[in-house]
Amino acid sequence: MRKWKKSWALGLLLLPDLCQAADGKLLATPGVSQVEGSAGGGLVPWAMLAGYASRDEVSASAFATRVSVDDYRLEVWGAAFNWQDRVELSAAHQNFTLKQSGDEIRQNVYGLKVRLYGDVVYSTWPQLSLGLQHKRLKDPAIAEAVGADRTDHDTEFYLAASKLHLGALAGYNLLWNVTLRSSRSNQLGLLGYGGDEESSRELLGEASLAVLLHRQWALGYEYRMKPDNLGFAEEDDWSDFFIAYFPSKSFNVTAAYADLGSIAGEDDQKGLYLSMTGYLW
Amino acid sequence: MLALLAAGCATPGTRGALYDDLGGQAGIEKLVGRFIFEIGNDALIRPYFEETDLDRFHEKLTEQICEVSGGPCRYSGDSMVDSHRNMGVTEAHFNQTVDLLIRAMEAEDIPHRVQNRLLAVLAPLREDIIYQ
Repeated sequence: MRKWKKSWALGLLLLPDLCQAADGKLLATPGVSQVEGSAGGGLVPWAMLAGYASRDEVSASAFATRVSVDDYRLEVWGAAFNWQDRVELSAAHQNFTLKQSGDEIRQNVYGLKVRLYGDVVYSTWPQLSLGLQHKRLKDPAIAEAVGADRTDHDTEFYLAASKLHLGALAGYNLLWNVTLRSSRSNQLGLLGYGGDEESSRELLGEASLAVLLHRQWALGYEYRMKPDNLGFAEEDDWSDFFIAYFPSKSFNVTAAYADLGSIAGEDDQKGLYLSMTGYLW
Repeated sequence: MLALLAAGCATPGTRGALYDDLGGQAGIEKLVGRFIFEIGNDALIRPYFEETDLDRFHEKLTEQICEVSGGPCRYSGDSMVDSHRNMGVTEAHFNQTVDLLIRAMEAEDIPHRVQNRLLAVLAPLREDIIYQ
């Protein structure tokens, strides 16, 4: 008990430092959390690292996301750690539910992102980061049934460039991001990796555009190319319109209207995307 | 937010010199005064200014903002590198100071879109300020 009290007191002493430890960026500039756990928009990983840590600080965050379209529901939760605005580590758990049958497919995604160059706001050229997402499929049965090439795990790599232009759009701040990803993941990997039609990786483009309506509000659009490796059904590109609210550097919430196209034979999968991220320090 | 947007629309957001949108000389002087007040209230940033002659700082920063915003002034103070040498301004403290400037602009009712344009012309100074 005594020991516990002591460590608790120490924790309180450290807390102000930690709270201040990750305040080193302008509000909203780290973006939010994307569906695989990396800092980004909703669908696309951006060059920014999760949290408000500057190059002398660390930051940790946790997020939860729910996307509900006509026939499916995707729930994701996870956490990210930012070391000195240089390295981002993330882990996310995805739970994909087939609404009609109630079947679930779970996948874990472990992410690493390294900032190679720049600052999204201040550098002349865009901030540039290199990342990977290691995906481990927990429920491979459906992936096996639909003809996936691999059903255990796979790793994909991406290069992301992001830039915020202060006051560029009639005085509003404008943010853009372009990501190039090497992937063979079928529907994020929930249907395995590679397939009967194509088993190797391909380069896919992803892009985001956002306008900051005020310090606390961002409005934007995202587009994400997807592979189409499986013969049993078409896989479409994804897109969404989003609005994000940043009441403080501790919390943000995003709502989006997502168009996920055709998923496993069910066409026109559209619906609401909701996500929130909390920054612990 | 809507009120602020409306305020942003009421003033010429992009037309005219930024200097005029900031309220000219008088507006910039008031803004810098408010910025110094915000610095004085901030435990993290205040120590950097303990040795500073605040009247001179007020005058020089007003001059500098006047110049970069397209006003009829010439900044006559020290270079950014010289005035921040050995201060060890970190990226975090720089950003905190930017937040204080934003707070000062909010307090002075400077429209959001004008705020961004001032930040845009001040942003290039950053590399001469941090880690000197």
